[in-house]
Amino acid sequence: MLRDITLGQYYPTESVIHGLDPRVKLGTTVLYIISLFCFRNFLGYLLAALGLALVIRFSRVPFRFMVKGMKSILFLLLITVVFNIFLTPGTPVLRLWKLTVTREGIVLAATMAVRLSLLVIGSSVMTLTTTPNNLTDGMERMLRPLKIFKVPVHEVAMMMSIALRFIPILLEETDKIMKAQIARGADFESGNLFRRAKAMVPLLVPLFVSAFRRANDLAMAMEARCYRGGEGRTKMKPLIYQKKDYLAYLAVLCYLAASIAVGRILF
Amino acid sequence: MPNIIKTRNLTYEYIRRDEEGNVEGITTAVDHVSLDIRPGEFIAILGHNGSGKSTLAKHINAILNPTEGTVWVDGKDTSDEEAIWDIRQTAGMVFQNPDNQIIGQVVEEDVGFGPENIGVPTKEIWERVEESLRAVRMYAYRKHSPNKLSGGQKQRVSIAGVLAMHPKCIILDEPTAMLDPNGRKEVIRAVRALNDVEQITVILITHYMEETIHANRVLVMNEGKIAMEGTPREIFSQVERLKELRLDVPQATLLAHELRGRGLELPAGILTAQELVDEIGKISRKGNRICP
Repeated sequence: MLRDITLGQYYPTESVIHGLDPRVKLGTTVLYIISLFCFRNFLGYLLAALGLALVIRFSRVPFRFMVKGMKSILFLLLITVVFNIFLTPGTPVLRLWKLTVTREGIVLAATMAVRLSLLVIGSSVMTLTTTPNNLTDGMERMLRPLKIFKVPVHEVAMMMSIALRFIPILLEETDKIMKAQIARGADFESGNLFRRAKAMVPLLVPLFVSAFRRANDLAMAMEARCYRGGEGRTKMKPLIYQKKDYLAYLAVLCYLAASIAVGRILF
Repeated sequence: MPNIIKTRNLTYEYIRRDEEGNVEGITTAVDHVSLDIRPGEFIAILGHNGSGKSTLAKHINAILNPTEGTVWVDGKDTSDEEAIWDIRQTAGMVFQNPDNQIIGQVVEEDVGFGPENIGVPTKEIWERVEESLRAVRMYAYRKHSPNKLSGGQKQRVSIAGVLAMHPKCIILDEPTAMLDPNGRKEVIRAVRALNDVEQITVILITHYMEETIHANRVLVMNEGKIAMEGTPREIFSQVERLKELRLDVPQATLLAHELRGRGLELPAGILTAQELVDEIGKISRKGNRICP
């Protein structure tokens, strides 16, 4: 039940992509997204799609899991396409009542749709192949230089991983409190929005109280185990670049070179 | 051998304040307790709710600082800011709620949390994690998520987490209070193994009498003071006194006590059902009538 929910959308399997250093995956994803916004022609997108298809193949994650991520942005995609088709000025192609469809509009809408789809699928590949834990670790390492500007990188990463650990516990607790309140005649389902929001109060108050108690206990337990911030801490699973990670960087570099050649020079 | 834990006149007061911050009242949770614990001992501390046993435990790990008096852990004063991390490494602590003390999202990562904090090199962390998980017999679960373990298993992981820091002493603050009977047995078995095999000093705080019968020494706390002290047999032979302190006596002990009251010649301080069976067997072999 609630115990079994997976956080994020990690798809557990063994693959080349799964085994890469999270920093490689994070960096690549960011570069990939930037590249999507730099292309000026369809050939560039073809290259991007090809590159992505190759990575998906290597990741051994079924394609339908990538499409799942698309569902959440379907609405956004639709709006973008509709607005672009009708509101871009240019040579009119079709006239529907007061709205004009332009040639430029169609091109722009298609570009946007492809761009957004690739973006979402591209980032899903990262979250599907990296555990939330690994992702936090990778981010901590990558953002470490920000420490110079007094950004508490380690603390934020620690908070994130604690949050990940406690989400299932708090969900289970919510379920328990809800059942306890229902058993005593609370009604969470009927009435209008306002009434329902009000019905949540007896659920939220005990949940918050318990969350604070847990936080207090956890802080004490962490101190008892000598936790004193990131200073002087060693890592059980340190991030060390392997040969495959350098190879992956090389592949990304090739992709970048190709995209610059295709996207900028040829046209 | 020097004492691993020593307290002299340890006193701790909780100060209650009203909304304006004025002192409303002072509760003395621990009242002039002097205690000596030798290395390798298995000490059980008993007491009903509010007897001050948890407060006492938190002093040994330097989570609380005494209002009055001093606590020394392995010769170091707990009120010394410099020594605090050494003390926490020497005297590890396991808490009551298994969910609220597991930090890692994978069992092995949680066990590695303590060694990471004290700056143990990566390779040694892995060795320590393996040895600790094996000691509590949870090695097979090293890749599991703690959310999917039972309460007893979670508590064993917590014990492994403390063990990985190589403490000399482990304080367990009601580790079984939230567990089912099976989980309780698992945890107590693990704790006894630590004491027998690894020679780690154990301070077990509990209100289940059955868990204390393997201890070298039992301390009974009441209203912040040590009310009784002795071997389990000495303590449990004083059934009336224990009842006065609002403690439940193990069933076998209670039954033996009642039978003695009815004139059966049983020795005082019977701890387990097996002992009781043996003693009754002896009497019936002598040819006495069981029922007077």
